[in-house]
Amino acid sequence: MHITLRHSNPELPRGARPSARWRRLLLLWLMLLLVACGPRDAGGITVTGSTSVTPFAEHLAELYQHAHAGVAINIQGLGSSAGIRAALDGVAEIGMSSRHLEPDEASQLDQIVIARDALAVIVNPDNPITGLSTAQIQGIFGGRIRSWDAVGGPALPITVVGREAGSGTFSAFEELVMKGKPTATLALRQGSNGAIRQIVAQDPNAIGYISLGIVDSTVKALAINAVVPSVEHVEAGTYTLVRPFLFVWRKGQPLSPLGQAFVDYVMGAAGQSELLKAGLVKGSTTP
Amino acid sequence: MKERGIGILLLLAALGALIALGLITYFIFQAGVPLIARVGLWEFLSGMRWNPTSKPPQFGILPMIVGSLWLTVGALVIGVPLGLAVAVFMVELAPPQLAMVMRPAIQLLAGIPSVIYGFIGLTLLAPLVRAAFGGPGLSVLTGAIILGFMILPTIIAISEDAIRAVPLAIREGALALGSSHWQAISGVILPTARSGIIAGVILGMGRALGETMAVIMMIGNSLDIPTSPLQPATTLTSNIGLELAYASGPHREALFATGVVLFIFIMILNALATTFVRRPVLSRSST
Repeated sequence: MHITLRHSNPELPRGARPSARWRRLLLLWLMLLLVACGPRDAGGITVTGSTSVTPFAEHLAELYQHAHAGVAINIQGLGSSAGIRAALDGVAEIGMSSRHLEPDEASQLDQIVIARDALAVIVNPDNPITGLSTAQIQGIFGGRIRSWDAVGGPALPITVVGREAGSGTFSAFEELVMKGKPTATLALRQGSNGAIRQIVAQDPNAIGYISLGIVDSTVKALAINAVVPSVEHVEAGTYTLVRPFLFVWRKGQPLSPLGQAFVDYVMGAAGQSELLKAGLVKGSTTP
Repeated sequence: MKERGIGILLLLAALGALIALGLITYFIFQAGVPLIARVGLWEFLSGMRWNPTSKPPQFGILPMIVGSLWLTVGALVIGVPLGLAVAVFMVELAPPQLAMVMRPAIQLLAGIPSVIYGFIGLTLLAPLVRAAFGGPGLSVLTGAIILGFMILPTIIAISEDAIRAVPLAIREGALALGSSHWQAISGVILPTARSGIIAGVILGMGRALGETMAVIMMIGNSLDIPTSPLQPATTLTSNIGLELAYASGPHREALFATGVVLFIFIMILNALATTFVRRPVLSRSST
């Protein structure tokens, strides 16, 4: 095909050459378009959903693909609700969620808990506060407590940082801590765990909540009701800000061989030990 | 034959742009208008509470409308005097060599990705604002300063053209009547170029109103109606950008409905800008 193009119209005058070049560009563009529209890789699955689960799923997918050449596991972090929706619609084979399923969702989806994650309430390392009660945290995020001296700290205003409506972390915090009371409108809202950590690390007056797994030395995780957040305390059941990391897929529809193999790997000893290493707590096949 | 073929291709390309605009308009309205109809237009526009995932959900976007207005006005307060000063300097005062360096530099300012502006606002400006004025640092002021710089290229380019388009006769007339250079600029040239300058300001306003990424990073995204420039806020765009990834069901519809409101705002601004651009420079003096 391109041979006819390259040697096309040798009898045409010089002025016509640029149009041949344009036609080649057009052809190239059309070919790119075709490639972009091409079918998906036959040996691949898509796992999509919670941004909290994404980094862990990516890590596991990488290890799995390393051990099994030629398979493609495509992980997309779009949020819990989007992941559940993608699984319901069949857009993705497996959805990831970091919140419990709503009853109508649970009736249409099979679910497994790949791990449990603790939410840590974090403050700036310069903040003298080391622990708060659930009621105090409710007061702070509900907007009734506005200054650190009301909870035994310095007389400075509190900068409350939370997540946006729809995120799994937000609904987990609402469910586990706020218990139906609304978060104050004065709270800053950020789109990811990392953004909250960044702001709390910068602002000495800030308080926020993120996954325990990504707490680092730039912020300080608070004890809640005098229980320090740690894997041991989550397993013992004494630390209560815990949410499930779910894999979900359409009920009554068996997973593809690759999907099933990946789920088996994640729930098996190798996958679980990777998740524990990353600061999470063991999962279970039932919610 | 060939001429006709290329003509048809170009016509198709032109129609493609129109069709794309039509499709975008259709999908935004189709996805957003049903919710506005259910909630009620006035309720939607004047509601103080935005709790899209609570039960029952609350869909009030007044805080975001006010946030958008605050931020846009703030960006104009910073960007317009600065942009106008630069435009006047480049046309009237700058030695040609300097203007030749400045013009590409300003164009480069327009080429910087907005996420970079946001990053600078978040990591450099926000801590300065916090140190100087207290509060969280992420605020209307921080956003307005950075946005003011982001709209500079638009304002400068269009005002510069307008000032340059002032006929030499008018300029010479002013000087011949004995006015100083500054008197000629402020009393004759700027008033004559007024409609073009206003068009530039309106286009800059559209850019400020539509900016999303940088705003999400700098403005804090709280749902309070800000009463001072030092408070955080949420804008129409930043709320869509922050929440869309996770939204489903009515929440998603409400974000599209926010998009409808934004769409109408921008349409009005663009229509205004177009009428000002079309107005001839001498319309006032010739009537």
